[in-house]
Amino acid sequence: MTKSATLQVKDGKIRETVNSFLKDLFAKKTIDAMLAPLAHPAGTNVVQALVTNPVYLDKADVFAPVMPVNSARLVQSLTRLTPVNRKTAVVIRPCEMRAFIELVKLKQIQLDKLLLIGIDCAGAYAVNNYPKFAAEKKSDDFVKAGFKWAEDSALRMGCQICEYPYPLTADITIGLIGLDPTKQILIQADSAKGEEVLNKIGITLETDGEAAQKRQAAIAKFIAEVKERRKKFFEKTKLEIGGVEKLSKVFSQCIKCQNCRQACPVCYCRECFFISPTFELESERYLSQAEKKGALRMPADTLLFHLTRMNHMGNSCVGCGACEEACPNDIPLLKIFQLIGSETQALFGYVPGRNVEEVLPATAFKEKEFERIGEK
Amino acid sequence: MGETKEQFEPKIIGFLCNWCTGAASDLAGTTRSQYPPNVHPIRVMCSGTVDPVYMIKALMAGADSVMMGGCHPGDCHYVSGNYKARRRVAMLKQIFKSLGLDENRVYARWISASEGPEFAKYMNQVTEETRKQGPSALAGDWSV
Repeated sequence: MTKSATLQVKDGKIRETVNSFLKDLFAKKTIDAMLAPLAHPAGTNVVQALVTNPVYLDKADVFAPVMPVNSARLVQSLTRLTPVNRKTAVVIRPCEMRAFIELVKLKQIQLDKLLLIGIDCAGAYAVNNYPKFAAEKKSDDFVKAGFKWAEDSALRMGCQICEYPYPLTADITIGLIGLDPTKQILIQADSAKGEEVLNKIGITLETDGEAAQKRQAAIAKFIAEVKERRKKFFEKTKLEIGGVEKLSKVFSQCIKCQNCRQACPVCYCRECFFISPTFELESERYLSQAEKKGALRMPADTLLFHLTRMNHMGNSCVGCGACEEACPNDIPLLKIFQLIGSETQALFGYVPGRNVEEVLPATAFKEKEFERIGEK
Repeated sequence: MGETKEQFEPKIIGFLCNWCTGAASDLAGTTRSQYPPNVHPIRVMCSGTVDPVYMIKALMAGADSVMMGGCHPGDCHYVSGNYKARRRVAMLKQIFKSLGLDENRVYARWISASEGPEFAKYMNQVTEETRKQGPSALAGDWSV
């Protein structure tokens, strides 16, 4: 059972309709601030901004196909030291929201007073490619073209194989999947908090409305086909990267800049183990390591770094692709991490970002599981 | 380097918990249950303290296999360390499998403090199996 309403889109102006809804949230004092993607004045990017004056929401562009950073990181910066004490809405993409939930579990984000507004996401282009898109088209054109993640090979790889392009844990969802965005936009209350907010700003909600049902049906259809598509993609990936030789080749261009870790929303440690003194060795230690194989690749521990990251955050990988986008040498990190992530997550029946109450697999156990390990 | 398969002596790093498998290795020594010198034990306080990074590092720095030794499930000195270790081993093995690396080079065994002969027997088994597998590609590759 869902409660929702629809916004009528005037003259096919999708972005303006959404923006006026976002502004309404301010007008009725329901919220005091909003983290929302605003079009950069240069026209070459759309960046998240913490907005306290709703006038700036005229520049909001929530469906613009670009994700410069995973916003979960931004909410982390916002609330890590102290929870927000004003009612703050965050307008984020589904993968950002899933990373957000993982960070709540990792005690990096304090949920108090945050209102989660999720959007149906049609994908994004790499930041580098966005200016080219923006020169020719607007986000309205992008959304009108429809939601066909797998068919646009210019999209970031993560978007092309995205499993959850719709929000899983929103208070309010701005829905478009399965609808004609030139006519109507769905506003759905996905929690009691969301419902309260929508009531407060005078939006009349109906139960299981037509648009909501249409969207649900479209999502059900998507779910049925995406699993198969991802399965094929991973099979292909395994052929490309499987084994020591191929893996070594894939990472041959790694310069261990660790940008992937920096950009990863769920790699949350304040100080990474790999920049700790554990990896600052005396010259003799390096030389003795070199002696064992006759030669030692420098910087040392390049593949170890990636394998360790897979172990540490594979279960929380939401497939946003920030790692791949941050890589200066185009190493297909998203492919590899999604392959690993999907298979280790399946091991624990875990879906990162599905539910804030779910426990991180590394912090829990069952007495009866993996009984083959350690026994005869 | 340049060894033929017949001469190959595997190197095995064992991460043994202080209270069970580590104590079992001591008992194996005092009761003269022999186990091969291929196994290099590292004593840790609990199998739950072993971050997979150390197991991978061992495999990349020249070990042909690694072994995690802890208390029997339910008997952990710290209540649940070995259950968490078991999850980590399961995850590490899965990652190796997904990447087409040899997951069979990651061993785990729960051996209690009183099972000295059992420890020796298992170390013989791990050594023999690793010997059969031959030198690890990961251990020999300088470029990774």
